[in-house]
Amino acid sequence: MSSLTVSDEQVSATPAKVIQPAWVRVMHWTNAVAMILMILSGWQIYNASPLFGFSFPREYTLGGWLGGGLLWHFAAMWLLMINGLAYLITGFATGRFRKKLLPITPSGVLHDVRAALTFKLGHDDLSVYNYVQRALYAGIIVVGVLIVLSGLSMWKPVQLHWLVMLFGDYPTARYVHFFCMAAICAFLVVHVLLALLVPKSLRAMIIGR
Amino acid sequence: MAKRSFLIPGVDKRLLIKDSIKSMPDFTRRRFIAGGASLGALTLLTGCDVVDSSSADTLLAKVSKFNDAVQAWMFNPDALAPTFPESAITKPFPFNAYYDLDDAPDVDGADWKLEVRGLVDNKKSWTLDELYKLPQVTQITRHICVEGWSAIGSWTGTPLRDFLKLIGADTRAKYVWFQCADKDGYNSPLDMRSALHPQTQMTFKYANEILPRAYGFPMKIRVPTKLGFKNPKYVVSMEVTNDYKGGYWEDQGYNSFSGS
Repeated sequence: MSSLTVSDEQVSATPAKVIQPAWVRVMHWTNAVAMILMILSGWQIYNASPLFGFSFPREYTLGGWLGGGLLWHFAAMWLLMINGLAYLITGFATGRFRKKLLPITPSGVLHDVRAALTFKLGHDDLSVYNYVQRALYAGIIVVGVLIVLSGLSMWKPVQLHWLVMLFGDYPTARYVHFFCMAAICAFLVVHVLLALLVPKSLRAMIIGR
Repeated sequence: MAKRSFLIPGVDKRLLIKDSIKSMPDFTRRRFIAGGASLGALTLLTGCDVVDSSSADTLLAKVSKFNDAVQAWMFNPDALAPTFPESAITKPFPFNAYYDLDDAPDVDGADWKLEVRGLVDNKKSWTLDELYKLPQVTQITRHICVEGWSAIGSWTGTPLRDFLKLIGADTRAKYVWFQCADKDGYNSPLDMRSALHPQTQMTFKYANEILPRAYGFPMKIRVPTKLGFKNPKYVVSMEVTNDYKGGYWEDQGYNSFSGS
């Protein structure tokens, strides 16, 4: 009995380092679901009156028709906004943003981008983000804030007119919303690709270690 | 050595493949969701009461109702829609409907009468000449379509709240419900607070000319605090009511408040 207890203590005495705390993991995957729903339903809404000379393929849209796309978009927006707000508050309050994302120096980013492009950028210690990651993650947080603000401007251009003024006018807010979506999609591709190249980072985002 | 440069040291190839498969999008599942949602839209379009409608549709309808309430809570009756100089007017202002202009209602102004029903003291019908004699104001405001495009136009007419006062409407009622001359019987409910908004207008003129057929002759309700589909054209009657009577697009799934 006693020997069993001792061995138990030995196991728990050397726990694997928690790289991604539970709140980060929960919010990350909630955000992933919300983002995908917002993007696919957003493409449906875009197709009703395309800003540019193209439409998104029907099979990559959600909702079936404009009304359905709007229902999905205005339902998933709550998930995105509440989760996003909670993430920002917790990120600042726990000091995680400061610890993980700062500093971001131009020379550091340049150095790591060069290293990444020549496949020399290591990512052995998952708990420390390199400069490429810091720039990408900080950048996507800013884009996330922008896409919500431009979205709110389009949703309530009269009630939130002060917000529309931030972007200039209604049509500009619409372009900002579109380009933020494009930036998020580009980020998604790079982000998923890099996660696949370093599968243990994906594991850390699922089980924490 | 060349091979190594493509892989990060310490990567287990088998784990890599397993992880990649896991993070691949599941196309069949997405098609199922998209298909289910469009099927739901189809049942809404046909207006059939489908007993086994998917739980996703039920949830989405509930969230939409919740969004109605949030928008009503956000609505500030004193917040004015931005107005623009004449130079900002969109030319030509687009004709927009679910039918071609050739199929738009062709109303004879001499025969036309605006019917007034419901919770009002004076239920008399109004001829166009009588309505034209009411005091009118001009506003240059932005029309925002549910599809996302927008256009700036110049609208002249009588503030709806002045008319509601004139006919002795019970402004504690929930809705003013408009019926239009479209052959499918286009109609739309307007919540009373939006109906009483200072910029909500019974519009008789576009760009200082008698409202053309394309924009809803003889009368359109211009609501700059709402999306375009909540701005009924070719109006033939209005009813002040506490009943939610639905609307042409609202019944198909567009959010009923659709405020801007």
